[in-house]
Amino acid sequence: MESKKYLDDLSGIKELMSRSSRFISLSGLSGIMAGIYALVGAVLTYVYFLPKEGEYVTLHSWNFKIIIGILIAVAALSVVTAFLLTSKKAKKNNEKIWDDTTKRLLVSFLVPLVAGGIYILIKLNSQHYGLTGSLMLIFYGLALINASKYTISNIKYLGYTELILGLICAALPGYGFWFWIIGFGFMHIIYGSLIYFKEEKG
Amino acid sequence: MGLIDNINKLFDHRIRLGMMSILIVNDDVDFTRMKELLDVTDGNLASHTKTLEKANYIIIEKSFVGKKPNTKYRITKEGRLAFKKHIEALENLIRKQT
Repeated sequence: MESKKYLDDLSGIKELMSRSSRFISLSGLSGIMAGIYALVGAVLTYVYFLPKEGEYVTLHSWNFKIIIGILIAVAALSVVTAFLLTSKKAKKNNEKIWDDTTKRLLVSFLVPLVAGGIYILIKLNSQHYGLTGSLMLIFYGLALINASKYTISNIKYLGYTELILGLICAALPGYGFWFWIIGFGFMHIIYGSLIYFKEEKG
Repeated sequence: MGLIDNINKLFDHRIRLGMMSILIVNDDVDFTRMKELLDVTDGNLASHTKTLEKANYIIIEKSFVGKKPNTKYRITKEGRLAFKKHIEALENLIRKQT
C-alpha cells in the first residue's frame, strides 16, 4: 500500500519536471509537411530555375531572385503549418502555446538559426554562394540540438543528422542542392513520421 | 530502518513535492506559473512556499515589474540535496517492497 504511494510520488515528480520544462506538443505531421514543401520547392527550382549548362546564377539575375522567393515561401509555409498543427495539438494536450517553456524553446532555436541566416546573407552579398546549402544545414542542425532541451528530446537526432549532412556537404562542393534536398526534404519527412507514429501509439 | 530516515517529512505533501520537482529543473519560476503548473489557490501556494523557505530549501525573491509585484522562487543548494536524498529514499523503499 505504502509502496503504491511512493510510486505515485515518483511519477508525479517526473511528470511535473517534464511539464514545467519541456513543450511536448510538437506536431510530427508538421515536420512531414515541411519536408514535402521543401521537396516541391526543390523540384520547381530544379526543373525551371537552376542555371543550365554554361550559365550561372548571380546575385542580380532573375532566377536567383525566384530561387530566394521559393526558399522564403517554403520557410513561411512550414512555419505557418507548424504553428497551426502544434497549437491544435497543444490544445488537445491542455498545454499552453505561449508560456515560459515555449519562450525558452523559441529563443534557443532562433539564436543559432538567425545568426546562421545573417552569416549566409553576408556571404551571399560578397558572392560566396558555394557553401550556402552546407551552412543552412549546419546552422539548422545546431538550432535543433539547442532547442531539444526544451521539447521532445528526440529532435536532437534530427539536429545531429543535419549537422553531419552539412559538414559532408562542405567537403563536396557543387552538391549543395542535393544535400539540401536530403536534409530539408527527406529528413523532415522521416523524422516527422517517426514522431507522428509515436504520438499515434502513445 | 535507516531507509525511512531519509524520507523527508517536508516533502510528504503533493504541493511541496510538486514545487521542488519544478524548481529542480527550472532556474526560477514565478508565482503565476507555479500556480498554473500545480493547480492550487494563491493562499495555499503561499503557505507552502513559506514552509519550504523556512527550511532553507527555496529562496523567495520579491520584486516589482512596473507597479506589479512579482514573486519568484529558486531552489537552494540545500534544497537540491534534500530533494535528491528524498528521491533516492523513495526508490529504495520501492525496491525493497517489490
